[in-house]
Amino acid sequence: MNDNLGSPVAAPYTTTSNNPGRIMATVMVALAPSTLYGFWLYGWPSIYLWLITIASAMLGEAFFLRAMDRQASKALTDGSAILTGWLLAVSLPPWAPWWIGAFGGLFGIVLGKHVFGGLGQNLFNPAMVARVALLISFPVQMTSWVGVAPLFADGSPGPLDGLVILFKGIPAAFDAMTSATTLGFSKTEMSRGVDLLQSAAHAPVLSMIGERAGSMGETAAWLIIAGGLMLIIKRVISWHIPVAMLAGVALPAAALNAYDPAHFLDAQTHLMSGGVMLGAFFIATDYVTSPNSPVGRLVFGFGCGLLTYVIRTWAGYPEGVAFAVMLMNALTPIIDSHFRPRIYGRNRKGLPLQVAD
Amino acid sequence: MGFLDRFFKEPSWGVHPDDHKRPAADAPLRILPTPERVYMPLSQHVGGAARPIVVVGQKVLKGQLLADAQGNISAPIHAPVSGTVFSIGDVTAPHASGLPFRAITIESDGQDRWIDTELVADPFALAPEDIARKAAAAGVVGLGGATFPSAVKFALGKRLKVETLIVNGGECEPYLSSDDRIMRDFADQVVDGVRLVMHAIGAKEALVGIEDNKPEAIAAMRKAAASFSEVKICPVPTRYPMGSDKQLIQTLTGKEVPSNARAAEVGVLVHNVSTCAAVHKAVRLGQPLVERIVTLNGGAIATPGNIYAPLGTLVTDLLAFVGLKGEPARLILGGPMMGTPLAHDRIPLVKGASGILAFNAAEAATPDAGPCIRCGTCADACPMGLLPMEMAAHIRVEDFEGAEGYALGDCISCGCCAYVCPSHIPLVQYFSYAKGELMAAERVKLRTDATKRLAEARTARIEREKQEKAEAAARRKAEKDAAAAAKAAAAKAPAKDSGQAQGETV
Repeated sequence: MNDNLGSPVAAPYTTTSNNPGRIMATVMVALAPSTLYGFWLYGWPSIYLWLITIASAMLGEAFFLRAMDRQASKALTDGSAILTGWLLAVSLPPWAPWWIGAFGGLFGIVLGKHVFGGLGQNLFNPAMVARVALLISFPVQMTSWVGVAPLFADGSPGPLDGLVILFKGIPAAFDAMTSATTLGFSKTEMSRGVDLLQSAAHAPVLSMIGERAGSMGETAAWLIIAGGLMLIIKRVISWHIPVAMLAGVALPAAALNAYDPAHFLDAQTHLMSGGVMLGAFFIATDYVTSPNSPVGRLVFGFGCGLLTYVIRTWAGYPEGVAFAVMLMNALTPIIDSHFRPRIYGRNRKGLPLQVAD
Repeated sequence: MGFLDRFFKEPSWGVHPDDHKRPAADAPLRILPTPERVYMPLSQHVGGAARPIVVVGQKVLKGQLLADAQGNISAPIHAPVSGTVFSIGDVTAPHASGLPFRAITIESDGQDRWIDTELVADPFALAPEDIARKAAAAGVVGLGGATFPSAVKFALGKRLKVETLIVNGGECEPYLSSDDRIMRDFADQVVDGVRLVMHAIGAKEALVGIEDNKPEAIAAMRKAAASFSEVKICPVPTRYPMGSDKQLIQTLTGKEVPSNARAAEVGVLVHNVSTCAAVHKAVRLGQPLVERIVTLNGGAIATPGNIYAPLGTLVTDLLAFVGLKGEPARLILGGPMMGTPLAHDRIPLVKGASGILAFNAAEAATPDAGPCIRCGTCADACPMGLLPMEMAAHIRVEDFEGAEGYALGDCISCGCCAYVCPSHIPLVQYFSYAKGELMAAERVKLRTDATKRLAEARTARIEREKQEKAEAAARRKAEKDAAAAAKAAAAKAPAKDSGQAQGETV
């Protein structure tokens, strides 16, 4: 019998077969339907943009790991950089120029993640860091939306047209396709003094199916919900953040809409438009940047929803999910230290329970 | 929460690892032929090591006292075979350190002759104290792994007027089935032991918690307990660590043990099923604890199963009996979640050893640890409601007080967190390290406090002595002055100034 039976490490000697790579892969599977549907809706330019964003995120990851003398191949295969790139890509306008994706992917990974110390160390959601940086730096490109132009449909750009759109901008032939989002349209109309009751007749149609202008992977609410439910059932995420975030948007929206429908959009419009669904199920639930106790998650999610509503309703931007998530990310350490789970044998304050009688 | 809910609702804590209990649990119990030599360690229990009372060369019978209990918390050691005391010396301890500890080696005469034992026809006529005394004399300790001397716990239960005895048949550790086997094969002994323990502590009812992955054990125990209404067999959900006393108490009674209190203070006491069987043997048959059922399991073992073996048997002999498929890649004493790694196989079987696992390379493989992704899975799994990732983050930077702020001291080292961690961070290793450092710091603090107290006492003493010396000198001077004054006064009366002079000098 050999005398060297491995190092005397502490128990347990058995472990789960789960790993970060598998978690990321599950999230990607959940994200795939809405993304594929986005490809179909917005055609070749969106596919190219998606590829470029992910490639640049992976490039940033590999470059930074090499610079820190860490093994790049292992970290790349855990899928976290791919997922960051993917989440950023689906939140971009589908026909944005190539450099939006390239710059965003690099920015998110390098400044959003690696300067904090890499995987698990970042305070802010890297994809949202990139999206906000892009939105502030390139407001025109980041708010140029296109209408639906399904793949292979008449008048949609083919594979070559897609490359042209990506690298040289939208040619005149397709110019007619630019469109406005529901939130952008109502905000613009309100700022000209046209209230919601009057503008509603002309507002872009909002549908569960997602056939409307919007970010690449944010419009198909039902596919996003399906993916999110899959993550909850697979226990990759808990229900707390999505439910709280949707409630955070829906409750104030319903209350204020009931109070003054001429100036406040209804709850359904708020839930179905913009990045709320993607944010609730895929962005705010990011492990690294969200609290880890159930109550903390409820507070965090509700905060994300409420801030989204506040920004959409009273701030200068028509959409506020990215800002809201980042603001709540900043509060995560405080939430974590205030809302800890109750410990067995102790009360909520952490003091030992009193022995009865 | 209703009665049904309590038993059929999945607990929110814990993990559900592959249990790997079968086929070992279903294999019939085998009896190990008496080994040539047994090595009986003097320290197989919590508390003081036993003191040898035999000499080398002495002939002993099976069950004869080898070493006496020493101190308030201790247990005696008895001969597991009949034969000759071969030596009293060091053997490797079943501990991760692989350090030596004292043991009595006995060369078997192959006859297995018992000492004369005192049979007790009606142990329920005995006083509760007598039951405790007999259990203590038989060296019965907690056989679930804690190895706390049982009689000490009986006395505690009696003093605190415990109403409910919880009998732990959870056996939640994967791979292990020794408790399962004792309940299937010796259910009558277990139930009788349960009733004896109830008698010893004055409990009114006993709840036997058995995980519902052991239907045969549940059936056997129900049959054995059918005529005793005070002994209730309670199937509990299969969930690791259900066999942890705090979790089992909560599941069966809904009571929570306060973090700084003992279970007895909330009116319950927990004893393992194998311990109860040992109490039965000790009290009714007068047989000391010298044998036990041990599970031999793991991928490297040819015929996994449960073996009835004398204590002190070397792991080598046990492995030879069940056969090896190949070189084990890891040897574990106990279960895979909380067991102890063995450095080699020349280590004796001790009272608390419920299993010996020999893992093959595939089972022993541990993935490399990665960075924490703060997924919170560890916090969801923790049966104590702690935040393992936060504690580990503090321990990484040697901030042990910070970790203590997250109630590190409440950690029961069950290993759920490390088991579920997708990044395979050895969290229990972190916590054990930090607990050790905190304990060391506490000892240093006690020592420095003591030194400081001594130094302060010394300074005070020197100061006091100085003052006393000064006072003595002053007194002497005053007496001298007084004497001189008296003399002067005697020389020329009236002596009016003397009292005044004395007052000034004092």
